[in-house]
Amino acid sequence: MTRTVKEKNSSVRTRSLIRLFERLRQFSTDDFFEISSTLFAAIVVVILALTAVVLTRGSIPAFDAYGISFVFGSDWSAVAGREVYGALPYILGTLVTSAIAMGVGVPISLGIAIFLAEMAPGSIRNPLSQLIEILAAVPSVIYGFWGLLVFRFWIVDLIEKPLSRDFGTIAVFQGTPFGLDILTAGLILAIMIIPTVSSISKEVMMAVPSSQREAAYSIGATRWEVVRIGVLNYSRSGIFGAAILGLGRAVGETMAVTMVIGNAIGPAAFPGSLFQSGQTLSSLIANEFGEANPGSLLLSSLIGLGLILFAFALIINVFAQLMVWKVLRVKGRVE
Amino acid sequence: MGSGLRRFQDKLAYGLGALCVGVAIVPLASILFEVVRNGVSALSPQFLTSPPGVFGQAGGGIANAIQGTAILLALASAMAVPFGLLSGVYLAEFGDNKYGRTVRFLNDVLTEFPSIVIGILVYSIIVLAMRGFSTIAGAVALAIIMLPIITRTTEESIKIVPSSIRDAAMALGIRRWRATISVVLSTARSGVITGILLAIARVSGETAPLLLTVLGSQFFFNGLSQPIAALPLTIYRDANLPYAFARQQGWGAALVLILMVLGLNIGVRLATRGRYNSLRSRV
Repeated sequence: MTRTVKEKNSSVRTRSLIRLFERLRQFSTDDFFEISSTLFAAIVVVILALTAVVLTRGSIPAFDAYGISFVFGSDWSAVAGREVYGALPYILGTLVTSAIAMGVGVPISLGIAIFLAEMAPGSIRNPLSQLIEILAAVPSVIYGFWGLLVFRFWIVDLIEKPLSRDFGTIAVFQGTPFGLDILTAGLILAIMIIPTVSSISKEVMMAVPSSQREAAYSIGATRWEVVRIGVLNYSRSGIFGAAILGLGRAVGETMAVTMVIGNAIGPAAFPGSLFQSGQTLSSLIANEFGEANPGSLLLSSLIGLGLILFAFALIINVFAQLMVWKVLRVKGRVE
Repeated sequence: MGSGLRRFQDKLAYGLGALCVGVAIVPLASILFEVVRNGVSALSPQFLTSPPGVFGQAGGGIANAIQGTAILLALASAMAVPFGLLSGVYLAEFGDNKYGRTVRFLNDVLTEFPSIVIGILVYSIIVLAMRGFSTIAGAVALAIIMLPIITRTTEESIKIVPSSIRDAAMALGIRRWRATISVVLSTARSGVITGILLAIARVSGETAPLLLTVLGSQFFFNGLSQPIAALPLTIYRDANLPYAFARQQGWGAALVLILMVLGLNIGVRLATRGRYNSLRSRV
């Protein structure tokens, strides 16, 4: 009799043990799943942190050698013994080409977004949006190739020659129209940011509640007035974010710019005139990286340019994402 | 009179909007027209199947570049897809907390990051360590560019799976990870695949990071630790050569590349019939 009780006890114990194991196992598979996916998700954080560390460490020799004049200097010479590297002309080149891209690209993108979100007849909206999106899919090296062999001559014939003939004495229009210059680079960037800026602006406008439009219509507004009063007011910060995202693209864009900007070096690269060859941070990196030996000051200086570019891109993108996020992500969650 | 002016303003706004669309479509039309016109005359069976000839002389083709691009894309996908999938699953399933929001935010930042900066990163950690430009370095760079795109599209396609499907799976008594992987993820499958294909399309034209990691080559694939050719690199180098035949070869390579990229994009669009518009708009 005692034996059977014992047996019974032991089997109860075994069973509860099994149950415990079972639960542990359950817990652990789901926990394991959560923990492992958490770790995988961390890779984005790791990549960005690693980029910051690697760029900073790589550019230390350049900053050691030239101090702050690495950022504000304008000479660039790899002659052994008299090496000197200063980033200012390329920082300005990046800013000027991006400014041209924004000045030309953002108004056009806004026009496209308003037209496609609010005005165009329903039947052509979708096909046109798709066409504009295809513009974003074209690789940047093909923009560059086309820019070098086709677009450049449009710019020379349609813009630069007339301007240079009539206004050639004004500083920004000085120089021989050649087509491989700051203006062409800025305009090709304008084309390249149009799909980004227009599609996000369009999304932001489409997220505006229809009550806004109905209210405007009900007081007798025309279609354009509805857009102006009901839609644009409401989506201002999102559109601003879209434009800043476009700026981020323009600042970082490399190949198309490299192929049409003319690749000036040193003080000659200061963007004084639109019709003059220039250089951006990214185009100089692309041009010279192949010639830089490991451990050289040239390599460190190029990585330093990368660090400056990284800082620009980080600030611009964080800012833009915050603006766009506020509008799209949060709204998406509330709906 | 006031209403006449207002009507005129309305018409003007409409006209300007249409004009803007036109202005954007002109370059697209010109690019496609020029690439097809000049590219077709370069294409021939020999162009597609043989490596470049002697440097600086006409003849030869882009077979090594096509092979290189295919190898780089395959390797990059093999690295980016598992990471991107699991990150996306994490964000969709457990990401509603501070860490999740941070990851999602940084992921969006990384999507928009200049690809040349990623080239410098990979150069510094892989090319310098291996003492040379290599196929594997290029694949890692492309994988880093693909990763945030796949993560984001995976997250969004999981989020649009109706919760009733997950509830039904859970009601059967299977565990959460099982429900996520075999039921939710497989329901979201076409969205996930869309994301992966769009990521491939996006990186297949990347040039700047390759310039800093694989350098390019005149030969066929020669091992993971050796430089390799790629279509975008061929186009870039051809643009810098002063020979007419190099231009010709560049247009030909551009045609092959654009057919590949637009083929993927348009194929995905047609196959999903616009079901994943929200995924595409930011890629």
